[in-house]
Amino acid sequence: MANALPKPVQRLINEFARLPGIGPKSAARLTFYLLRVGDEQALELADALRDLVERTRFCSVCFNITEADPCELCSDPNRDDHLLCVVEEPLDVLAIERSRAFHGRYHVLHGAISPVEGVGPEDLRIEELLARVAQNRLQEIILATNPTLEGESTALYLQRRLGDAVPKLTRLARGLPVGGDLEYTDEITLGRALEGRQEL
Amino acid sequence: MTRERTFRSEAIVLKRSDFGEADRLLTLFSREQGKLKAIAKGARKPQSRKTGHVELFMRSNFLFAKGHDLDIITQVEMVEAYAALRADLVRTTYASYAVELLDRFTVEHDKHLGLYQLLADALGWFAADEEMLLPARYYELRLLSLTGFQPQLFTCVSCAETIAEQDQFFSAELGGVLCPKCQTADRRAQPITAVALKVLRFLQTRPYDAVKQLHLRRPVHTELEHIMHTYLTHILERNLKSVDFLHRLRQEARP
Ligand SMILES: [Zn+2]
Ligand SMILES: [Zn+2]
Repeated sequence: MANALPKPVQRLINEFARLPGIGPKSAARLTFYLLRVGDEQALELADALRDLVERTRFCSVCFNITEADPCELCSDPNRDDHLLCVVEEPLDVLAIERSRAFHGRYHVLHGAISPVEGVGPEDLRIEELLARVAQNRLQEIILATNPTLEGESTALYLQRRLGDAVPKLTRLARGLPVGGDLEYTDEITLGRALEGRQEL
Repeated sequence: MTRERTFRSEAIVLKRSDFGEADRLLTLFSREQGKLKAIAKGARKPQSRKTGHVELFMRSNFLFAKGHDLDIITQVEMVEAYAALRADLVRTTYASYAVELLDRFTVEHDKHLGLYQLLADALGWFAADEEMLLPARYYELRLLSLTGFQPQLFTCVSCAETIAEQDQFFSAELGGVLCPKCQTADRRAQPITAVALKVLRFLQTRPYDAVKQLHLRRPVHTELEHIMHTYLTHILERNLKSVDFLHRLRQEARP
């Protein structure tokens, strides 16, 4: 079968298709869009990719993605050193920062334990977390992993490993989503919302 | 002839992965159509009506719409959450094992009510039973029988002589027990004790309610687990992720 596409075009399609959530059709669409849109925008993308690879790294303290090491959040003197929030991914740090409800430090695990996918504790930044906990006098660790099976597994595992290493170990409250309807809430969420109810 | 545009089925969530902006791609084992893949739109958003009903291991009632490549989930309501599976890492691991095995032994769109019922039952055992080893062995043997890989435990796989309940050999390669005379038919056959053989036969032929009453000593459990895992990885030609994970958990638990 003859391939009508020039090699560079096929190459970019293949690269796009390796990205999560992008199928072969979307990959082709994106590629042809870049061909049409003009050199400047296409090269801008290439530049951005190069920058991403060359100028970012993991923070050696919290393992968030950063330009400077330690990262801004780790070096900010106005944040509370006694509070540590453990999250799965860098994007979770952003989400919590947007809430403006937390002013402590972070630790990014880069994933969650998954027996189904074969992701074990040693595939995550868990030993680094334990070392950090041993070296610092923390008052509270907040386990802010996702309320998914993997996130729960990770929280259970961390609970076991952290044990008495910290005075207070907490988990994000699992309640009803804002704008949700009780009628459509699944029984696990509703059960936990009831358990975590607050006095008015 | 009109093509049916929607269909309904109860199904259990075997696997899920992120898809697009906020969707999930689910691998389901359904009562009506066997294994299938379907998209749950918006299911990564906490406020989605689907979110709490399409988590791993959940058994839910689904309404699907036929799509181009993939079916789309239009409605879903949870039937059984097996909540205890989520509260304990060992239970989670055994549930993962049940689901991984079923996934590996099935192909898409091959309806199998017996397997569906077995998986639903097994998730219930792993959620509620005190110990996990017996239900795991029972599940493996039932699954093997239902998928055509039932190990031969009553007659020798080489000479077909009746096998006595005494120390024998188990051949993963030949799919069952070898009598001492035929031991050389498979040089990698492993010894199996009389008691382990007896238990395997019991598990293969009795209902779970009877199996549940058994109390085995630790070495027997270890032997059975080893034989079954060897047999399963031989058939599947690969290690199982959840088994590797279980071994790691155990290693860590050791002082
Ligand atoms: Zn940092
Ligand atoms: Zn024989």
